[in-house]
Amino acid sequence: MAKVPVQFTLNGSENAEFIESGTTLLNALRDKIGDTSPKGGCHQGTCGACSVIIDGELKLSCLTLAETCNGADIKTTAGLAEGGVLHPLQRAFLDAFATQCGFCTPGMIMAAKVLLDRTPNPSREDVVDALSGNICRCTGYEPIIQAVLVAARANSRTAA
Amino acid sequence: MAIRRGRGVAAINYPTGMNLGGDPTQALVHSTPTGNFMVTLSSVDLGQGMKQIMAQICAETIGVPTDRVVVDTADTDTGPHCMGTFASRGTHRAGNAVIQAAKEARQVMLEVAAEELEVNASDLETDGQGNIQVKGAPQKSISIFDVALSAHFKRGRSISGRGMFLIPRSYPEKETGAMKPSTCYAHACTVAEVEVDDETGEVTVLTVKNVFEIGRALNPKMVEQQLVGGSWMGISHALYETTEPYYPNRDHGGTDFNQYLMPGPGDLAQTEIVVLERPSADGPFGAKGPGEMCANPQIPAVANAVFDAVGVRIDTLPITPERILRALKARAAS
Ligand code: FES
Ligand code: FES
Repeated sequence: MAKVPVQFTLNGSENAEFIESGTTLLNALRDKIGDTSPKGGCHQGTCGACSVIIDGELKLSCLTLAETCNGADIKTTAGLAEGGVLHPLQRAFLDAFATQCGFCTPGMIMAAKVLLDRTPNPSREDVVDALSGNICRCTGYEPIIQAVLVAARANSRTAA
Repeated sequence: MAIRRGRGVAAINYPTGMNLGGDPTQALVHSTPTGNFMVTLSSVDLGQGMKQIMAQICAETIGVPTDRVVVDTADTDTGPHCMGTFASRGTHRAGNAVIQAAKEARQVMLEVAAEELEVNASDLETDGQGNIQVKGAPQKSISIFDVALSAHFKRGRSISGRGMFLIPRSYPEKETGAMKPSTCYAHACTVAEVEVDDETGEVTVLTVKNVFEIGRALNPKMVEQQLVGGSWMGISHALYETTEPYYPNRDHGGTDFNQYLMPGPGDLAQTEIVVLERPSADGPFGAKGPGEMCANPQIPAVANAVFDAVGVRIDTLPITPERILRALKARAAS
């Protein structure tokens, strides 16, 4: 199959790849670029494990063709930590024991990040709503919800 | 036609491990030249926290901080034999094997330290911070780092140990058929409160209160997350999840995440857990196997709660609205 050039920003750095037409962004990120933080749970848009942020919007990378991402600004969980310091969401997930097997975690964190970027002081309902597209098979939703609320409070403290 | 409330209770005994042809797990422990410890296992961590627990067990036994231990569960072709991490056996079986291996390694470590300090190995103790010292005279000490270097480059010793834990196969008694399939039981009890709509058959779980008796919680936070998650999995088994709703007929069976009913963050019931610690006699530091048990008592508790609410016994899982409505109809007809 013909390869197409694709160029986008991933976690702040420029990426240019030749990618087989029809490749999903999930497969491009994991297999071509080596960012394995988005996970492939279902490859059909129902589990949320592959969630990434494209131009500020939460997207399922398994349902996004890589070639449609030309010029896009893509963020994944792998790019959240800055200079070895964990992002408040990562910190809160660790502190709250909000991961068990960890497979859903990067998707949860991406969904939570988009929520907090828009709604810095979310209610519990806001958090549940924001995470409702993400499945956790370890069924650890309660600590995940708590972690997002804690991260929101931590953010508002540093902003104040 | 009304929304009816019900409450159900259920208690369970949960065995740790299997009784097939015997239930073995092996472990190997060795030190690196710089005094870190490797635990080699074939027991796989599939997200239940096995590596963390084995590191804690090894560290506690040898007397070093947990971050000095690395657990390698790489390959069942090349690692020491394990029956597998299933039947809630990982912590109990592999943990016991790790203790045995770590004890042997600790003994060699103390012997090398004794040679370096020119004392008897039996007079030495670890300080838990990475040093070995003379009992009662802590100023006379040597770091485990230096002990490992000495073992590797000077004394030609391998600071290592072998561990094997085996529950032998139990055969049924000829007369009675009685057998001892397992050595160690965990226990749990759940009270579930539900609302059942007797017009639609829909069940809403209001509260789930669980008590788990798990021996000893080796890592209380990890135990808590497993129990809380497991409790909700139990509810999910009771009410939603199946691949064959009309078993043995495959019709309407879910084939992917789209059709397979799993709870999401919006479906949580108010959940409470209480952990009781009654250390088991043969468990590593008293631990039992809480793994699968945490998702069991909720199922009969919900079935009992549904019976309490609308007076029908559903004995096939999951307890779907359809099954409830059919049972209500059958009762009305009889
Ligand atoms: S892998 Fe994309 S939603 Fe499941
Ligand atoms: S932590 Fe295992 S799927 Fe969420």
